[in-house]
Amino acid sequence: MEKILMKGNEALAEGAIIAGCKAFFGYPITPSSEIAEYMARKFPKIDGVFVQAESELAAINMVYGGAATGHRVMTASSGPGISLKQEGISFIAEAELPCLIVNVSRGGPGLGGIQPAQSDYFQATRGGGHGDYRLIVLAPSGVQEMMDFAIEGFDLADRYRTPVMIMAEGTLGQMMEPIIVREPVIQFYDKPWATNGCQGREPNIVNTLHLSADYLEERNHHLQKKYDAIASREKRAESYLTEDADLVVVAFGLMARIAKKAVMEARKSGIKVGLIRPITLWPFPDAEISKAAQTTKRFLSVEISMGQMIEDIRLAVAGRVPVDFFGRIGITPNPEEVFRAIMQVAEREGI
Amino acid sequence: MKVVAKRPESLKDNKFHYCPGCTHGIIHRLVAECLDELSLRESAIGICPVGCAVLAYDYFNCDMLEAAHGRAPAIATGIKRLLPDRTVFTYQGDGDLASIGMGEIIHASLRGEKITVIFVNNAIYGMTGGQMAPTTLLGQVTTTSPYGRKKEWEGYPAKMAELLAQSEGSAYICRTSVHNPANILKTKKAIMKALKIQQAGLGFTMVEILSTCPTNWGLGPLEALEWLEYNMIPYYPLGELKVKEVE
Amino acid sequence: MAKGRVYFHIDQCKACGLCVKFCPKGILGLDEIVLNTLGYHPISILRAEECSGCGICALMCPDLIIEVEKE
Ligand SMILES: Cc1ncc(C[n+]2csc(CCOP(=O)(O)OP(=O)(O)O)c2C)c(N)n1
Ligand code: SF4
Ligand code: SF4
Ligand code: SF4
Ligand SMILES: [Mg+2]
Repeated sequence: MEKILMKGNEALAEGAIIAGCKAFFGYPITPSSEIAEYMARKFPKIDGVFVQAESELAAINMVYGGAATGHRVMTASSGPGISLKQEGISFIAEAELPCLIVNVSRGGPGLGGIQPAQSDYFQATRGGGHGDYRLIVLAPSGVQEMMDFAIEGFDLADRYRTPVMIMAEGTLGQMMEPIIVREPVIQFYDKPWATNGCQGREPNIVNTLHLSADYLEERNHHLQKKYDAIASREKRAESYLTEDADLVVVAFGLMARIAKKAVMEARKSGIKVGLIRPITLWPFPDAEISKAAQTTKRFLSVEISMGQMIEDIRLAVAGRVPVDFFGRIGITPNPEEVFRAIMQVAEREGI
Repeated sequence: MKVVAKRPESLKDNKFHYCPGCTHGIIHRLVAECLDELSLRESAIGICPVGCAVLAYDYFNCDMLEAAHGRAPAIATGIKRLLPDRTVFTYQGDGDLASIGMGEIIHASLRGEKITVIFVNNAIYGMTGGQMAPTTLLGQVTTTSPYGRKKEWEGYPAKMAELLAQSEGSAYICRTSVHNPANILKTKKAIMKALKIQQAGLGFTMVEILSTCPTNWGLGPLEALEWLEYNMIPYYPLGELKVKEVE
Repeated sequence: MAKGRVYFHIDQCKACGLCVKFCPKGILGLDEIVLNTLGYHPISILRAEECSGCGICALMCPDLIIEVEKE
């Protein structure tokens, strides 16, 4: 199949269109703006809706309204913008409106910087806004996956009636790689719950207010059941050379590709090291980690943050083996740095 | 015998939770009558505020959504852009629209969103127990302006109809009141006009309706109507502020 | 014969008195004896034969208690 050269942000945007996305609501912020710009160019030509909202608060609420009509809709932003969207995301999760939210992530806290980072991991995987809810969080590691996860993200969103987040480091948005452009999605889910006018049926209500304590609890149990189902079916990870590994590196996103190079280098030096790459950050692929914990001597979490995913690794390992950390922020560690980090642990621990 | 007044089809059978004499109920009925008379019930999509009207989805007999506080115009935008042939309306209080939702309402108007906003101005936060609203009058006592609103401390009450009439995107802006039968009829006319202008696709439409909150004003229902007439109308003059006529 | 006829859903009347105040004929009043399920003295008509069927009471009622018919 013929491949074409595409930039990560544009591949993601094109993937959304391929998935049948009909509207984009956003507010500019580096390094995610190119997704909005791509949609602004494309949508008017294909009868789609592009609105540059007055803020991320407005954008996510436009997504709430748009998703409630039953159409596939999305937004994209970065760090500070994603923080502003949290109010709306909590409402969307409870109203069970499917949509795609993209975080082309940068470093924080505060205004932070526009350098790529993974420090929104807690925000993405713990819910982010108020209340007991989860997002499905997908972490692509290349341009092809930027496209593929947009398509798959919409499918997961509709299947579970839940918001799905794609979290990609800023670098992934900027990177150009040759990719296969996928076939357009033509089959869609029925959405009898949509508020699109009540002709020929009883009125629908999209609502998150539950004044009765019993019903509020029931709603929470309902959501929890759904999250349990997602957790049992949708955990995804990639394992590389973990069977005989004495040290297992864990990394996600583009960082995982960099870490893989370092792992290959370390293997050449005779170190038995492997790699697990979580693809879904929530649900976290804990079984994969747990399985490796039976045979490996140590884990090393490599992140572009001060250490966030390491908490999920530790939960999965449940104290059986130690988990080390190597991370930077503002600067993405290169393969040599990760290699040195691996070698340091290996030497210190006699691996 | 001919029927002069009966429950409109666009209202469900549920009884309102509003306090005795609260004019939210009158405004609900007027909106529903307009939807009936324009045969819009089945194509209408309404968005409730956070405020005393938060449960309006239990009352309007059309598709309804409940918004986060102040965000109804953004939600309406998302819906209307995807379903341009539907009739989309928001129902918002003064705290919802003029305080926390100030950004959303102004930009919906500036973008000329083809929606109808029913803006219920009762000069107070009703639902949360009578705190100061951006529309609270100077001198008016509330639980968070216990010595009366002072311009030096709390600034001036927001005149939303005047503000939004300035926007090019606004096609119809009108302020009405529901303190007596004549004004109730005028309010209904204004809502009708706003909905027709929305249907004609001329732009953003809003009817600001002066309404009572007997409970938090500390007045009886009848005294509240008088208080509205003698205190609110002088500061919030009634009438059309912007009209793009339907050809 | 009265020109108009009014029906009340008295169980839901909140006795706010808005209809009473604005009836041009002054023929409405709150029933001082009966209590409805909400605990209010509900609306009642004092002189049904004088009702003109103008509908103003229903126009003022916030709770859709009143239905009006006219000849
Ligand atoms: C984000 C957020 N902040 C605050 C509140 C609390 N709150 C609920 S209603 C309300 C004010 C409503 O007043 P208004 O819009 O004037 O409506 P009314 O009740 O007077 O009709 C407030 C502050 C909330 N629900 N959400
Ligand atoms: S608190 Fe005020 S606005 Fe709310 S229902 Fe009661 S009277 Fe109406
Ligand atoms: S219809 Fe008119 S006259 Fe008859 S009770 Fe009502 S307000 Fe009075
Ligand atoms: S206006 Fe309605 S609720 Fe109020 S007293 Fe009359 S009938 Fe009862
Ligand atoms: Mg208010």
